[in-house]
Amino acid sequence: MQFKKIIFIILVLGFLLLVNYYVPRRMNPYLFQILILIGINIILAVSLNLINGFTGQFSIGHAGFMAIGGYTSAFFTFYFGRNLVPSLTSILLFPWLAKSVIFVSALILGGTLAALAGLIVGIPSLRLKGDYLAIATLGFGEIIRVLILNIDAVGGARGFADIPGYTNLFWVLFFMLVTVVVIRNLINSTHGRAFLSVREDEVAAEAMGINTTYYKVYAFVIGAFFAGIAGGLFGHYLMYLHTNSFTFMRSIEIIIMVVLGGMGSITGSILAAIIFTILPEFLRVVKDYRMVMYSLILIILMLTRPQGIFGLKEFSLLTIRNIFVRKEQVAK
Amino acid sequence: MINGIAWGSIYALIALGYTMVYGVLRLINFAHGDVYMVGAFAGFYAVKWLGLAQEPTIFGAVAVFLLSMGCCGILGFVIERGAYKPLRKAPRLTALITAIGVSLFLENAGQLIFGADPKFFPQIIAKKDVISSGGIILTNQQVIVLGVSLLLMVSLQLFVLKTKTGKAMRAVSFNREAASLMGISVDRIISITFVLGSALAAAAAILVALTNPKIEPLMGIMPGIKAFVAAVLGGIGNIPGAMLGGMIMGIAEVMVVGYLSSTYRDAIAFAILILILLFKPSGLLGGFTGEKA
Amino acid sequence: MSLLEIKSCSMHFGGLKAVEGLDMSLEKGELVGLIGPNGAGKTTLFNLITGVYYPTAGEIIFQDKKLNGKKPYQITSYGIGRTFQNIRLFQNLSVLDNVKTACHLHSKEGMFSSVLRSKRFEEEENELAGRSMNLLKIFGLDLLKEEKASNLPYGQQRRLEIARAMATEPKLLLLDEPTAGMNPHETQDLTNLIREVKRNFELTILLIEHDMRVVMGCCERIVVLDYGVKIAEGPPEKIKKDPKVIEAYLGEEMT
Repeated sequence: MQFKKIIFIILVLGFLLLVNYYVPRRMNPYLFQILILIGINIILAVSLNLINGFTGQFSIGHAGFMAIGGYTSAFFTFYFGRNLVPSLTSILLFPWLAKSVIFVSALILGGTLAALAGLIVGIPSLRLKGDYLAIATLGFGEIIRVLILNIDAVGGARGFADIPGYTNLFWVLFFMLVTVVVIRNLINSTHGRAFLSVREDEVAAEAMGINTTYYKVYAFVIGAFFAGIAGGLFGHYLMYLHTNSFTFMRSIEIIIMVVLGGMGSITGSILAAIIFTILPEFLRVVKDYRMVMYSLILIILMLTRPQGIFGLKEFSLLTIRNIFVRKEQVAK
Repeated sequence: MINGIAWGSIYALIALGYTMVYGVLRLINFAHGDVYMVGAFAGFYAVKWLGLAQEPTIFGAVAVFLLSMGCCGILGFVIERGAYKPLRKAPRLTALITAIGVSLFLENAGQLIFGADPKFFPQIIAKKDVISSGGIILTNQQVIVLGVSLLLMVSLQLFVLKTKTGKAMRAVSFNREAASLMGISVDRIISITFVLGSALAAAAAILVALTNPKIEPLMGIMPGIKAFVAAVLGGIGNIPGAMLGGMIMGIAEVMVVGYLSSTYRDAIAFAILILILLFKPSGLLGGFTGEKA
Repeated sequence: MSLLEIKSCSMHFGGLKAVEGLDMSLEKGELVGLIGPNGAGKTTLFNLITGVYYPTAGEIIFQDKKLNGKKPYQITSYGIGRTFQNIRLFQNLSVLDNVKTACHLHSKEGMFSSVLRSKRFEEEENELAGRSMNLLKIFGLDLLKEEKASNLPYGQQRRLEIARAMATEPKLLLLDEPTAGMNPHETQDLTNLIREVKRNFELTILLIEHDMRVVMGCCERIVVLDYGVKIAEGPPEKIKKDPKVIEAYLGEEMT
């Protein structure tokens, strides 16, 4: 059993490496960039879904966590990581291995700091409900942005330039898979049921012995951690960070993915992240009307599918089969 | 200080729109800041159309006010009917996203129609110092800002407290279903609320344009968010609360800019917000709302 | 030593005295009925015991532990389970997941073993599912395990609530109007079931009920509340004849 799992993981990693080798060489850079952004957006949407969809909290400050992760990891690689590459190479023999070690530790550091921020934001969530929590998280995100804007070591209003470009397709896909697997596994465990029970009925959840405050904060911490990782990937891909990438609109974009994908549907979030990364690009065709169209599509989608594309359901091959089976039964 | 009060009363006017809509619909109307922007542009074109830029008159200024408020009132009505009414029974988050969609739509449509670059609002009332003694300078524009917003706030309060429609509005915000059972046309009341709130935002926009003539399609975002904070600060759904919240916000901002640094101007709004949410989430004048088992 | 002891407990909401100076105790293995007219403070008492409200005065002691100021989830972990008057199921979860969720206290799944899907996690998860299925079988819901809780008919939702409360492995079970809205046949079935479950799981039960047939038929002892004050206590026969009780219920039918 465990042996099979390890083999499977090695196969997946091998596949990712292959993809990482071939895709950038065959694909035009524009499409490649979209692919990277899709991966990052999936991490963001799935992690926000844990907070908003599964635990029923209402965070609109996800960009704030992303910013913390992005700036922290960039700070680390910019000031320490780069200088460590030569000495680490002498130990680990390969420069790519040294860079990977530094990059992964930078990402984890960024994620951890974001998680810490999640802990701090999670604490007001003990008292606040619904709209009020939403406003508080929005305020939090904006405060983070203004604070970063005033830190000179990370560029302040000029933006943080010359971040090493460590992000490649491998790492994006790798962390995307990790996020999805971790959150999916968490949801299908006693912890996951505790998250869901908080969403469904807090009073009843408490009466069933679930420490609802703990689970709310827990959701914030995990969600923030992955948002932080996504921020790190983002910064090391663009090699430049500016607080304008983390405005409240950014949080809104992620929420849109979660809501349209269906609150509480991981597959929905993934699909919506793909659609809503590609859609603005398609809309470039209509030029000036692009954002007008985008907002109109958004409104129309909300009016016609208020539950999101998938609602609470997960989408899989099984679902397709079920649909056909049901149709056959109806036909009979 | 006076500047702070002037900004404060502007925030209060916009905050009223948020608070009223939240009261009847439990919806944070994100598009409200953009209605404010449309108000500024409506005023801008009204001035052009009436040819007031050359020869400002009091009568003309009043006309601009009314035209702009009318435009926004209609806009508010259309937004409510088109985008929010079909979602009355949908989850709250859905309505919220739709509000954001409407907001994005207004901003981008604004950039298309009005052009992305800033325009300059003509002086419809020439600037004059009314009082200038001992370091205190009070311009006639500030007097107008204060006077008009005070007038609007007082008449709104009277409207809500004394008229039949106002009472119906309070009934709807208290309990929508019970209100509809009492024979109140809920849809009509919600529409009226939107129209009023939007008209107030337009008035605020014209007042701002008097002193800060630069107008652009994205101008609504920040004042929108801050006015919203003001509404929360005062206790959302509470009309005098919104006025108080707006004043506190305006004064706090001017003080921060004066004593700290202007980069923190936007952060102070949110710092106030988080503090108030932590210590008195129902706002300064809000009632207690707890959940019953 | 009593299982649960309530000592001169009061709960005031502003000027309203929902419960006033209440003394009451439950012995192990008892099935006690709590009755009283609407607004007598019965559900408030439940909320006090389970920590939803903190009493304004007095104390509540369960198995030598003081419950005052404890959070509801802590009180549940001491062994008090409950149902709600206005059903509070996890509406969007399946019947089985409703029960599994309530097994939370007795699950040893760690975060890392859940994420990594370790062998221990799988075993634990199977064990949980088994235990939950057992409870569903007892309450006759095993065939509906995949159904969404909100799709169940009313009577079955009430049953599921009890099954869910049982999954927390309580020593004391508080049932808030378990037969409300049921027809006589369903009521009879459920009453029998409650008695059976009580015997098999060595439970102590405190039951709020409006249906006098149920209360008189199955409770060993009855406590009557009116305006937050205990006005009578004793075996069903005595309560039936108590003039104070009759007065409190004046106009209401006593069968």
